[in-house]
Amino acid sequence: MSIATERTDGVTEDLLALAERVAGWADAGEEVEVYVARGTETEVRAYDGQVESLTSATSAGIGIRVVVDHRLGFAWAGSLDESVLGETLAEARDNARFVTADEHVQLAVPDGVEAVPVDLWDEGLASVPTARKVELALALEAQARTADPRIRQVDAADYGDVALESALVSTTGIRSSSRKTSGYLSVGVIAGEGEASQTGGGYSVGRGFDGLDPARACDDAVTRAVRLLGAIKGPSGRSTVVFDRRMATTLLSIVSSALSGEAVAKGRSFFAGRIGEQVGHPGLTLVDDPTDPRAYGAAAYDAEGLACRRNVLIDSGVLQGYLYDTVSGSRAGVASTGSAVRGGFAGTPGPGCRALTLAPGPEGYDEDGVLAAVGEGLFVQSMTGVHSGVNPISGDFSVGAEGLMIRDGKLAEPVREITVASTLQRMLLSLVAVGADVEWLPSVAAGQTLAIGDMQISGA
Amino acid sequence: MIDTPVLERVLAEALRNGGDFAEVFAEDRSNSSAMLDDGRVEELSSGRERGAGIRVVTGDTTGFAHTADLSERGLLRAAEAASAVARSGGGSRSADVGQLSGSGVPGDRGDRPAPTTGTKADALELLQRADEAARGSGGAISQVQAGFGTSRRRVLIANSDGLLAGDEQSRTRFSVSCVALADTGMQTGYETAARTLGFELFNEVSVEELARTAAAQALAKLSARPAPSGELPVVLAGGSGGILFHEACGHGLEADHIVKDASVYTGKVGQLVASPLVTLVDDGTVGSEWGTFQVDDEGRPAQRNVLIEDGVLTDYLWDYLRARKEGRVSSGNGRRQSYRDLPMVRMTNTFLLPGKDDAEEIVAQTPRGVYVAKLGGGQVNTTTGDFVFGTTMAYLIEDGKITEPLRDANLIGNGPEILKRIDAVGTDFSMTPGTCGKDGQSVPVGCGQATMRLTGVTIGGTAE
Repeated sequence: MSIATERTDGVTEDLLALAERVAGWADAGEEVEVYVARGTETEVRAYDGQVESLTSATSAGIGIRVVVDHRLGFAWAGSLDESVLGETLAEARDNARFVTADEHVQLAVPDGVEAVPVDLWDEGLASVPTARKVELALALEAQARTADPRIRQVDAADYGDVALESALVSTTGIRSSSRKTSGYLSVGVIAGEGEASQTGGGYSVGRGFDGLDPARACDDAVTRAVRLLGAIKGPSGRSTVVFDRRMATTLLSIVSSALSGEAVAKGRSFFAGRIGEQVGHPGLTLVDDPTDPRAYGAAAYDAEGLACRRNVLIDSGVLQGYLYDTVSGSRAGVASTGSAVRGGFAGTPGPGCRALTLAPGPEGYDEDGVLAAVGEGLFVQSMTGVHSGVNPISGDFSVGAEGLMIRDGKLAEPVREITVASTLQRMLLSLVAVGADVEWLPSVAAGQTLAIGDMQISGA
Repeated sequence: MIDTPVLERVLAEALRNGGDFAEVFAEDRSNSSAMLDDGRVEELSSGRERGAGIRVVTGDTTGFAHTADLSERGLLRAAEAASAVARSGGGSRSADVGQLSGSGVPGDRGDRPAPTTGTKADALELLQRADEAARGSGGAISQVQAGFGTSRRRVLIANSDGLLAGDEQSRTRFSVSCVALADTGMQTGYETAARTLGFELFNEVSVEELARTAAAQALAKLSARPAPSGELPVVLAGGSGGILFHEACGHGLEADHIVKDASVYTGKVGQLVASPLVTLVDDGTVGSEWGTFQVDDEGRPAQRNVLIEDGVLTDYLWDYLRARKEGRVSSGNGRRQSYRDLPMVRMTNTFLLPGKDDAEEIVAQTPRGVYVAKLGGGQVNTTTGDFVFGTTMAYLIEDGKITEPLRDANLIGNGPEILKRIDAVGTDFSMTPGTCGKDGQSVPVGCGQATMRLTGVTIGGTAE
């Protein structure tokens, strides 16, 4: 079932028609894939009781892939003006002339897997007046400012929403469209006591305007900032580390990049050649399931127009498989797993995850439950230097961290200016506990409290 | 890109409902990139985008709208959207739109030649040469990825103060990343060259040399031992060590953080904030460095700003909005990723001026520590000053000599504390390009310093 046929306003239909028209310009002997997207967004930033900025924008663009004799050319334009469509196709075609022929290079062809419809569109968002969005941002800022006497500053309080529609048509028989709305509140606070300052951020996300919860965003930000006040450089040593749900999504998304079939095929993953091996603790089961409508990254179709599907990557610690798009699948001699992702009209598709989760731990394993089970250790609520200190190829892992010590199964004194280090390989094997507290955060992975043993802490 | 009378009418429309300031920022950008991977040129891509962002400032409130439609109708519609805040805020007072003066065409390039363009075939040849050089560096090199990217960006800025300015910026980069494989696992090496130049970048840069450097890193790390854990003296080699200053204090000196009291450096002008060996400069005019331009994204000429002189904080970095509030002029640091973004205070090329020490002597006089040949990146919390930076090539220093290679790790410190722990600065200055991310926007920047020593930094390795 296609999402577009469920539509009543016909908005995405015109994008499909446009994509079809451009794909129809393909020459004999070439395959053409046309991706068109259009979005609108609003962002309101409140500061000190006033609107600091209000941004409203629409954007649109096209990305075209042309394959001639197993050579791929790509071009994009940040516009859907009639004049740029032909130019973009011509440029993609020209680019194809220069690259190396590669028997695996091809566009996706329909594979018969039925898409699971997911409703990601909030019909009401378009009719929310800007004034209400402004009010909500101002309310968020005011609430954060007065939430606790130790809050010294609210440096950013934002409301934002995005509505994005896209269509994908190829000469190889692909025809899909999707549309998606999302809304968020995000707040950053500075707590102070004497000379010391600490920061905390919080947010609330949803498919639209309704359901966004300023109280939740504020509580999160304020709790995080205030409980770090008085933090000192933590002690060095080996320790069990409990990552809060937000940090756990970061860890999972790093691990997922090593599960990309492309990284594996090109010898850039520590998971390469290890299918069927015990790569993780027996309690670790990792699944990517974009058909789960609760997932932030839920989607009916992948970036090549194939149906998204549930893929089990690690089962009870044993590596089961990788994520593939059409080209990386062909390299490995397997079919696409429907896992193509792309970063908008200016990017080409590649394999990636959308909705990773770990099989949850026992009931009662919320954050408190995991802390109680761990007893002693370090609780990490924020990490820095993830892009500079984590290498998904070698597996080396070293990040800056802030958080609280865990004593007698409870959060104790705050610590800062420490690093937490291990290797990703060892971390997967050293899993101590997985939370049952699954929360779908704005990421390619769910949030679940995670405890990992035997990590090296560097501090005082 | 847009005729002057049209700009004047659009600015007038932007202020029709009130407001103190209006601006049109138009941009026309074309990019092309090519990627060689796994021995094949896999992708050749080109892109083009053009559009305009319009902002209207009323008191402390900014309304912003952008459009890809550069026709007068499209611009007027964006101006109306941007002015909605002024309207809803009941702004009655409207600034007059000054007569636009100046030139929207890029200024005189002085003695710098116009950027050249290479053909697609030229770029592919460079990629292949880099691949061969990297693979020729050693049998353990198991994978090579080489990337070429070039962009040409024309900007036009007009505002209600009567400013009309333009610039044309050509930037070209080339990068090589290598994987080396042995029974100890996989290790990576990465090297990049990036300048505000066209294809003539390759008159100055040898892609073979870049490739061999990247390969050498990956190969050296195959036998690397885990980095130490704990506090040790650290010697940073010239170039990428400049990331330390970018993170440890550069971000904290951006006026948007200062005015919100979200920086450890708020209120510290005139105070000693660093070792007297530290003179820190941000300069958007330096040669063809990665963070260089003629005018910033608010139409202000790039300039040299001394931030810290002999350890004393002298000034912050300013954009138009923050400067206006303080009754001063922008320091030429208003930058944005694209016409879709509001400008922010950003660094350009940020560097520590060279000192008097001999680089080799600095190492020789360090009995035990870590020598960081290359940093990969970093991150800072400007409010607390805590920052990290990651090594991509580091060695142990034992008895004043560089010895064994170390696996990658982050180093962590607190900006104001670490700046006081600089006890030696060399004479061997060099710059390195980087991409700076802030609030979702990325801009090209340069970082630089000479070899220098920190008396103690916490190293986040796994060795006990």
